[in-house]
Amino acid sequence: MSSYTLPLRPLEFFFAQYRRVWRGTAISSVITPVVFLLAFGFGLGRLVDRTADLPDGITYLEFVAPGLLAATAMQIATFEGSWPVLSAIKWSRQYHAMLATPLRVVDVLAGHQAFIAFRMVMTSSVYLAAIAAFGAVNSPLGILAIPVTVLVGLAFAAPIAAWGAYTQTDQSFVAIFRFGILPMFLFSGTFFPIERLPGVLEVVAYVTPLWHGVDLCRQLTLGDVDPASAAVHLAYLIGFSSLGLVVAYFSYRRRLVV
Amino acid sequence: MVTAGTEDALIHARGLVKRFGELVAVDAVDFDLKRGEAFGFLGPNGAGKTSTMRMIGCVSPVTDGTLRVLGLDPAKDGVEIRGRLGVVPQEDSLDLELTVRENIVVYGRYFGLPRSVLKQRADELLEFVELSDRADDRVEPLSGGMKRRLTIARSLINEPEVLLLDEPTTGLDPQARHVVWDRLYRLKRRGVTLLLTTHYMDEAEQLCDRLVVMDKGRIVAEGSPRELIERYSTREVVELRFADDDGQPDDLGYWTDGLVTRVEPLPDRVLLYTDSGDAAAHGIHERGLVPDSVLVRRSTLEDVFLHLTGRTLIE
Repeated sequence: MSSYTLPLRPLEFFFAQYRRVWRGTAISSVITPVVFLLAFGFGLGRLVDRTADLPDGITYLEFVAPGLLAATAMQIATFEGSWPVLSAIKWSRQYHAMLATPLRVVDVLAGHQAFIAFRMVMTSSVYLAAIAAFGAVNSPLGILAIPVTVLVGLAFAAPIAAWGAYTQTDQSFVAIFRFGILPMFLFSGTFFPIERLPGVLEVVAYVTPLWHGVDLCRQLTLGDVDPASAAVHLAYLIGFSSLGLVVAYFSYRRRLVV
Repeated sequence: MVTAGTEDALIHARGLVKRFGELVAVDAVDFDLKRGEAFGFLGPNGAGKTSTMRMIGCVSPVTDGTLRVLGLDPAKDGVEIRGRLGVVPQEDSLDLELTVRENIVVYGRYFGLPRSVLKQRADELLEFVELSDRADDRVEPLSGGMKRRLTIARSLINEPEVLLLDEPTTGLDPQARHVVWDRLYRLKRRGVTLLLTTHYMDEAEQLCDRLVVMDKGRIVAEGSPRELIERYSTREVVELRFADDDGQPDDLGYWTDGLVTRVEPLPDRVLLYTDSGDAAAHGIHERGLVPDSVLVRRSTLEDVFLHLTGRTLIE
């Protein structure tokens, strides 16, 4: 029995769970982007396009669509790293079931994160197809936004999972969404360039992984890639998610190996 | 002379210790589990039974001492050991949203078993635990006894060499307990090695060939249920109950002198240990002591535990 397949085995559980709910998530991952695109792209966009000075004459729809792509990845990944992780420890105790078998803590973590990565690919593919249908993807490079959303997802799912494996109750998750995820959603370049933010907040925005994801997705769907800044975005996202995974590993060990 | 060495024992522990900070949960215990036997840890909650089980199951690191499971070292060979064990944990870890069959198949995949094998084994195991007709139902609405049986079926998916059962019938009603015992008894007859913890003396008597009595992290006695009763108790016990606390005489020694081996006054009753319960009950009556009720019964492991620790198993 080779140990390199161990991290893949927990996927069986998450896929079995996903098979029960995928229709619902598939529908919501189509409806959500369409609603946002209608509201911001067309509704707000009509207003903005007349007055704003968006770069290179792009429409607001083209500007906001890749931002929403990255921001949606962040939201889904944050959810997947919070309640499901605490549940697998405390309520369904599925992590404990896994650890009674040959699986190790590292496999349990890797398997769960791999499932979240898979969810990113699924959701982003649907989303990208939807915004392409609205004419908001200008370049075939846009397809590369899908792996970028995987990195955005891990950059959130891994540190949140570290917290989910540390905390005793789910009370903090709502606060994380309200005071962490929602402000990031609004102020990390999704809806307007962060240069418009007051000085301090602009710096804060630079530090968030979401901004790096938004800007990289935007460069790709617009087909206007700046290699230097793209490399920085990529390195930042890889670094952030790697660090998150390491912290999550130690948090998992602390909670599960006693 | 040939003695049973480490290599013959499926599980071998010497001076095994588990500490959580200052708390010593398992305090230098020694035991050996032989192939094909049903071995039990009997003791009250907090005796260190679950901590011992978790170390054997390679999910909790050994603090000190020697532990060999299937001849291997849990610190180094956890993956291989766990692949050859079956575990029925104290708290259910079934996924309530998945079906009965999915729970088994998904678990089997953790062992890397191919789907074709799992399909067949899942059918056989569900038949064994009498859940075939619920195979495609979600787990959530199942009764506690059914969930326990499903957990047992799941634990057998990798055809384990040893089955670890932590409090297998805690929380079940009497009828469900008997169904679980019946299934475990069948496994035992098929030659599956069982290692179980329990705080029910009837469970230990029903299932265990050999057991250790644990109290406060230590093993206080070891033997077969019959041996333990012979060694630490008498054949029979007379239970005397009095109308109220004041009705219980202070000078029990006077009333029972020469009639019984040992007297054990408890808050709610008095136990008289003797090889002939009827003779003792009769003798006390003749001396003029009239309790509210008199019950003559056989000695159980409960009496063994009481004698060894001065406390009852379930408090």
